[in-house]
Amino acid sequence: MQTIVALIAGLLFGIGLTLGQMVDPAKVLAFLDIGAIPAGGWDPSLAFVMGGAVLVNAPFFWFVHGRGRPLAAPRLVLPANNSVDRRLLSGALLFGAGWGLGGYCPGPAIAGLTFGAMETFAFVAAMLAGMAAYKLTLERR
Amino acid sequence: MENFTPWSALAGGALIGLSAGLLMLANGRVAGISGIIGGLLGPAANERLWRVAFLVGLLAGPVAAMALGVQRTPRIDASWPVLIAAGLLVGFGSLLGGGCTSGHGVCGMARLSPRSMVATGTFMAAGMAIVFVARHVVEG
Repeated sequence: MQTIVALIAGLLFGIGLTLGQMVDPAKVLAFLDIGAIPAGGWDPSLAFVMGGAVLVNAPFFWFVHGRGRPLAAPRLVLPANNSVDRRLLSGALLFGAGWGLGGYCPGPAIAGLTFGAMETFAFVAAMLAGMAAYKLTLERR
Repeated sequence: MENFTPWSALAGGALIGLSAGLLMLANGRVAGISGIIGGLLGPAANERLWRVAFLVGLLAGPVAAMALGVQRTPRIDASWPVLIAAGLLVGFGSLLGGGCTSGHGVCGMARLSPRSMVATGTFMAAGMAIVFVARHVVEG
């Protein structure tokens, strides 16, 4: 059951990213380009994608949080770390910098492979390398 | 505002929210893509199946969307060296920071996690700063 749910969830996620144009780096960068506001060229669409996602996701989370356990698995697996530490801040800064450079983040990049652009493959390969580099160096064991 | 597409953005976002909601409701898992991938890059063998299933679904998503008539074409303007640098930063940074736009943004903010709200604000600001410099400083 968990596997089927994960497959369906991934499918919905990928459809949502496509519908919301998040698989298009130019669309993402148009949101991050706040310098375009004076010229009238800013595109706030990404905020609406994220806003829509948070608003729909929230009731599900709070329901299962109140229930105490999920429907098809033994327990909720939530992040244990709740502190705002140096790792969080430096990680977010590095992630955001990469996001601003390429207009890609993990979900849209994976989903975007389907469009077949070599550039997307290059990004994903580098992303996996970056993840492996983290695992081999700073990851706490 | 240019090329603003509020309705498809909201609809796409709603599907993403539904995806994350279902994954949490049924499986008790955060739909954080960096974490889902990161969990595959390691020795925990019994965690692999649902992660692979999710990523297979994610790959199939655009195909399904196109079959439903949603036409999209990615526009990638960054050069290869920039894309490589971007990928390295996104990969390293997302694991170091414990999440990305889906994990911290969609899931973390929905559960009102202060850590995720700080992370989201930070990576949004960093992304905006980089784009500002690239488009309005460097290029004149």
